Amino acid sequence: MSILKKTGEEIRKSQVWRSIFRHGPPTTHRNRAMAVASNVFLHLHPVKTRTSGVRMSYTWCMGGITFFLFLALTVTGILLMFYYHPTADKAFNDIVSLRQDTPLGIMRELHRWGAHAMVLSVWLHMYRVFMTGSYKPPREFNWNVGVVLLLLTLLLSFTGYLLPWDQLAIWAVTVGTNMARAHPVIGHEGPGAELLKIGDISLVTAGSDIRFALLSGRFVGEATLLRFYVLHCIAIPFAAVILMAVHFWRVRKDGGISGPM
Amino acid sequence: MEGFKHFLNALSDPAIFLTISVALFLALLKWYRVVTRPQIAGAIGALMLAALVFGAMDENLVHNALGKPDNIPIPLMLGTVAFFTWLSLRKAAINDERAEKGLPPAEAEEGSQKVYTWPDLVFSEFVCLLLVSALLLVWAWQLQAPLEPPASASKTPNPAKAPWYFLALQEMLVYFDPWLAGVVLPGLIIVGLMAIPYIDPNPKGNGYYTFAERKFAISMFLFGFLILWVVLILYGAFLRGPNWNFFGPFERWDSHKVVALTNVNLSEYFWIHWLGRPLPEAWYIREAPGLLLVAGYFAAIPPLLAFTKLRGLFQQLGFVRYNILMHLLLFMALLPIKMVLRWAVNLKYLIAIKNYNV
Repeated sequence: MSILKKTGEEIRKSQVWRSIFRHGPPTTHRNRAMAVASNVFLHLHPVKTRTSGVRMSYTWCMGGITFFLFLALTVTGILLMFYYHPTADKAFNDIVSLRQDTPLGIMRELHRWGAHAMVLSVWLHMYRVFMTGSYKPPREFNWNVGVVLLLLTLLLSFTGYLLPWDQLAIWAVTVGTNMARAHPVIGHEGPGAELLKIGDISLVTAGSDIRFALLSGRFVGEATLLRFYVLHCIAIPFAAVILMAVHFWRVRKDGGISGPM
Repeated sequence: MEGFKHFLNALSDPAIFLTISVALFLALLKWYRVVTRPQIAGAIGALMLAALVFGAMDENLVHNALGKPDNIPIPLMLGTVAFFTWLSLRKAAINDERAEKGLPPAEAEEGSQKVYTWPDLVFSEFVCLLLVSALLLVWAWQLQAPLEPPASASKTPNPAKAPWYFLALQEMLVYFDPWLAGVVLPGLIIVGLMAIPYIDPNPKGNGYYTFAERKFAISMFLFGFLILWVVLILYGAFLRGPNWNFFGPFERWDSHKVVALTNVNLSEYFWIHWLGRPLPEAWYIREAPGLLLVAGYFAAIPPLLAFTKLRGLFQQLGFVRYNILMHLLLFMALLPIKMVLRWAVNLKYLIAIKNYNV
């Protein structure tokens, strides 16, 4: 025991350790404050937190779980990208071999179940924020950022649904994107679309409407697969990361975890 | 046992199922202090678990819905939503009782007392992280992610279902055309959620659980979330079969089930059934009853309430915000109204103008 303790102390005293953690063991008030303030990740938190706000029965930890799931999905997603081609002839076989031929063949499982879990944890986070009235002043704007993040989470899940390129994928996405053709004004079967024309030439057609832009074609095809792949892996996570930064920043700026005034 | 399942199938008729759900919902709000007592809530939880086990033993239910890997999150969702509904209403009940005795909410007991983030908060976050990781690993280890045959544009599955979290939207498609059910109403859900902080003028209940101090806001939100979202997901997941027909949860899916489709437009009811005349040629005369009805619904109800029951709310919010609130609520109510009209009188469209059907 004393050897372990001694080794520990030696490590803490070493130049390498002290170059990383610029404070002593977090047993004093000062060092506990330093532990949070001098760490780029932990300093998302304030040095001290409201006692009632730390209780898990109050926060349900759902916001934190959502963020953790996002990180887990990013890591597993990057690993999946090493093996996956977003092309009609390769996508499905890549998915099959992810299970059969790759070491630790549960990356896709982790990614898919993690995605379902994240949709659920976002809902529950919003549920908690509503039930504690935490959208009320001064947190109105951050609630709005949260609603957009909820939407992005659903879109992330939906765009990812197409990538395995199986029957489940194309038909769920076909059903979903068929809605776009009925979009008022900018979908070719939507109300108001027939009003947009020059002479006899319709401006909004099956080849120029919002659904066409979404699918990159008139049907769910290989071009759609590439489009959804880019949306899923780059575009939507990019937007989500920026909004998450705003979301966390505003939690701090709006007074931290909510509590009775 | 078979008789019991037949009974449950009969109860799952959409109209009866919605009625029971709404009745239970209203009872929950009315008696939230009693229902959330640990013994009663525990019994309800045990009942839900027993229902899950009972359902998991039925061949048809497992084959059609429960056994599909992508539906695994649905029982998880039901369980967590029920648990957290209990938790928040239980805490609300405690705080409301304290308020009646003149005490501050339990969360205020600690006042502005604070603890160091390291180790208190960081530790519980770490425990959470470990638990979620463990759960996810076990889940991934035990259950393969679903993979169906390769994509084929020529083989249409029947029914073609959306992912579980979009099933409420898919269910709306039965009652409204895609421009409303697929675009306008989902858009209004997002807009409505974003508007909440600006149309809820009640300063109470900020940062603690309460129901008594925010009855209106919480009732509306819970109705939207629990009934119009969660219950409709159950419709889509468990009660919808081939050709999007209704089936009982324990019923075998028969893709040849024939359901008489005799849905009738309001204009046909008005001109043919009630006045005994043919439909007028001009669309604006033919659809006048529906147009007037819908216009009246949106134009008359807000001012009527502003001068009677909701006078205080109107004065608090002002003209613009009051009208935004009322119209969002009226749009929300449009869905259950249309559902009931469909089941009760087979109403197809209130307004039947090509591309603008309502």
